[in-house]
Amino acid sequence: MSTTEEHATEAGHTGFLAIELDGAGWDGGDFASLAEAVLAVESAGFHAATFTDAPVAGRTNALQRAAYAGPVTRSIALVPEVDTVHTEPFHVSTQLASLDYVSGGRAGWIATAAESPEAAAAVGRSDVTGAALAQEAAASIEVSRRLWDSWEDDAVIRDVATGRYIDVDKLHHADFETPADFAGAGYSVKGPSIIPRPLQGQLPVLAAASLVGEGQVSADGVDAVLVTAPTPELLAAEIRDVRSRLGAPVAVVAELDVVLDSRGLAAADRAAGSESGRARYAGTAAGLADLLESLLVEADGVRLHPASLALELDELSRLVLPELRRRGALRAPVPGGTFRDLLGLTRPASRYTDSSAATAAGN
Amino acid sequence: MTQHSGAQSDVFVPTGKLQFGVFFQGVNSGTIWKAAESGSQTDFESFRRIVQTAERGLFAAFFLGEGLRLREHLGRPHALDVVGRPDAQTMLAALASVTTNIGLVATQNTTYNDPADLAHRLSSLDLISRGRAAWNIVTTDNAWTGANFRRGGYLDHADRYRHAEAFVETAKRIWDSWETAEGPAGRVLHEGQHYTVDVTPRLPRSAQYRPVLFQAGDSPEGRDFAARQADVIFSAHPKFDAAVEFRKDLVARSLNAGRGANAVQIMPASEFILAPTADEAAAKKEWVRSLQIGPQQAVAYLEQFWGRELSAYDPDGPLPEIDPVVEETSETRGSGFHGAKARQLADQWRAEAKDKGLSIRQFVTSRTARVDATFTGSYSAVADQLAEYARVGAVDGFNISPWLIPSGLDDIVNHLVPELQERGVYPTEYRGSTLRENLALATPVRSVEAARAL
Ligand SMILES: Cc1cc2nc3c(=O)[nH]c(=O)nc-3n(C[C@H](O)[C@H](O)[C@H](O)COP(=O)(O)O)c2cc1C
Repeated sequence: MSTTEEHATEAGHTGFLAIELDGAGWDGGDFASLAEAVLAVESAGFHAATFTDAPVAGRTNALQRAAYAGPVTRSIALVPEVDTVHTEPFHVSTQLASLDYVSGGRAGWIATAAESPEAAAAVGRSDVTGAALAQEAAASIEVSRRLWDSWEDDAVIRDVATGRYIDVDKLHHADFETPADFAGAGYSVKGPSIIPRPLQGQLPVLAAASLVGEGQVSADGVDAVLVTAPTPELLAAEIRDVRSRLGAPVAVVAELDVVLDSRGLAAADRAAGSESGRARYAGTAAGLADLLESLLVEADGVRLHPASLALELDELSRLVLPELRRRGALRAPVPGGTFRDLLGLTRPASRYTDSSAATAAGN
Repeated sequence: MTQHSGAQSDVFVPTGKLQFGVFFQGVNSGTIWKAAESGSQTDFESFRRIVQTAERGLFAAFFLGEGLRLREHLGRPHALDVVGRPDAQTMLAALASVTTNIGLVATQNTTYNDPADLAHRLSSLDLISRGRAAWNIVTTDNAWTGANFRRGGYLDHADRYRHAEAFVETAKRIWDSWETAEGPAGRVLHEGQHYTVDVTPRLPRSAQYRPVLFQAGDSPEGRDFAARQADVIFSAHPKFDAAVEFRKDLVARSLNAGRGANAVQIMPASEFILAPTADEAAAKKEWVRSLQIGPQQAVAYLEQFWGRELSAYDPDGPLPEIDPVVEETSETRGSGFHGAKARQLADQWRAEAKDKGLSIRQFVTSRTARVDATFTGSYSAVADQLAEYARVGAVDGFNISPWLIPSGLDDIVNHLVPELQERGVYPTEYRGSTLRENLALATPVRSVEAARAL
């Protein structure tokens, strides 16, 4: 779905920063409310906020948290994780399109496909494993993309003379069918969507780089990948690897855990604890600025996973982001911009646009 | 928590009060899109304006409907009416951030959702909104809608309420199971005819314990289902006599279900056309109808019953002399017009129109369902009329469909609400911050299965 244009990093080495709002759940985590947390992140200068959907006690639905954040923010992209395996693709597509409407075109989607016997049991399905996970993800993404295109941009015509609210020639059946070699129970989705085309036309779709490539979710299916490496040192090499594997049109976002010296506590003392598998930076704000500057030369963006949203955000907003802006490493916000704008993607025409004149008689 | 005095009693006691909800339909022929004042049906700002106006008018609830496949007309998407709307829960989660007291009601189907997923999303909305979420339970089940879902059209029409009952029971157990005798988050198992659910609930109770349950559906099975499971019925009977009849019927069903006579509240769908004087209101009504049922809408309405194109007919002329196409019920044609009856119906309608001297357009205007759901008049006359509903307890309130987006509630909130407050039949402030408090509903009793250790 990505356009073929080059990403801005290649030219000026400016990138964007995303932050995982994990912890700002139903009780607001360290903040009084989710609204307060997302506003703090926006005013700190982050370009995107992401919302996890892991089955953790106390955590509300990620897409709804993102929707709640929509009307209280102005510029930050809102990007929830939404599972592709144990959800209904038609619902997922409609929910994400709706998120785009309530956020004024700032929505994105981290499409996840984690093996989860619990999620399977909850909906009475057998567990999905191995290559079948990527197949489920690819199918769900394709369903969403077709449904988003199923209303052409100018389908709502409000033509008083003919009494027509919509031009039915500009609505199309998605007519999706799972491929013949589909490992899970095959299904089809008819369409058209029940909501007009999202404001961005197509929401940017992100997925873990490990899910994308030959025989998995095709690189055409995603706009950006999340790249993980075990250490900060290995991250830059991994980014280069992924980029050469997937090609230029896919934006690359590096994943980084962050623990900073904060409020008199040394990061090293705070850093002990659970392993996420992601590269982790623990140390001073100045050191982090150096690391991010170098990562943003390789990657289009970096997503930070703070150890504590409140503590790290203090340091990030006071010291790290201002320094990166001073060094010219961060992309300037686009006033009234969409998430696609941030990723350097143009707004695509609906796939059905060209064919509509030809098939007006039939389809 | 407050409670209706008659909730557990077997005698119905009118509360003497009314509450309002707003039904932002999104998809229908009732919402005018042709007027200059008509705004977008999908922009967030339209939703924000309506919900904030409703909250200023102390409305109890903001409703969103659901339709999981676009309506069709003669085999193609319906071109004449407002069509296309956002997902209910996503929109309501966004509206939660710009409101503080109003209830947020999502219409959600039991046939094309999974109970564990839907229960989790509804309690997410409930927590995000701090106890203001509700679920309007609907049971649409046709194979035509099913074509958009993994399960397809797997459910027989006859099974849909049995299925809905198991679904709602499972959802209640999920909500109730956060705290069990053994501690938090007991496992919920359900093995049913259609699916198996095995889930460990992840969310605590909200400020209102769990989402409020509304039900919309009018068949005897639907009413019994509501009497057993729901807190509020979104009914289709706003006219006074029909409303009183419906109340009697529902009280009997509630008592049969072992619940009190006041256990289930009733809020019929309605439309208000108001002005300072009766004459102005009548003129306004004509204007509203002319925009709701234009020439093309009038002909299209007949086409649904005739099952064929009638565009050659003059909307200001008589009803078509040609006969309807007789065929099996086609789900795609809307609410199921039975072929065999179509000819009879056409004969009957032609005779009636001829008798009364009505053109196609006039006839359709006189027939459309909303005619029965409309309150027209001066602010004070309608307020008097509504006060009588409150006095006898015909309904607990009205679910108002604005015919104009986004300004369609302005006159109701600015003029009708104060008149009702003067008459002492409408709240002067929100009772509390949760929907359950504002509807004066009792805290639910935990479902039996949930309390049982699994
Ligand atoms: C006032 C009212 C509003 C309704 N709104 C919806 C809706 O938004 N979406 C939907 O799928 N069905 C809706 N329904 C349909 C019902 O869920 C149900 O499918 C239909 O009434 C048939 O059920 P019944 O045979 O019990 O009446 C509504 C029904 C009523 C009476």
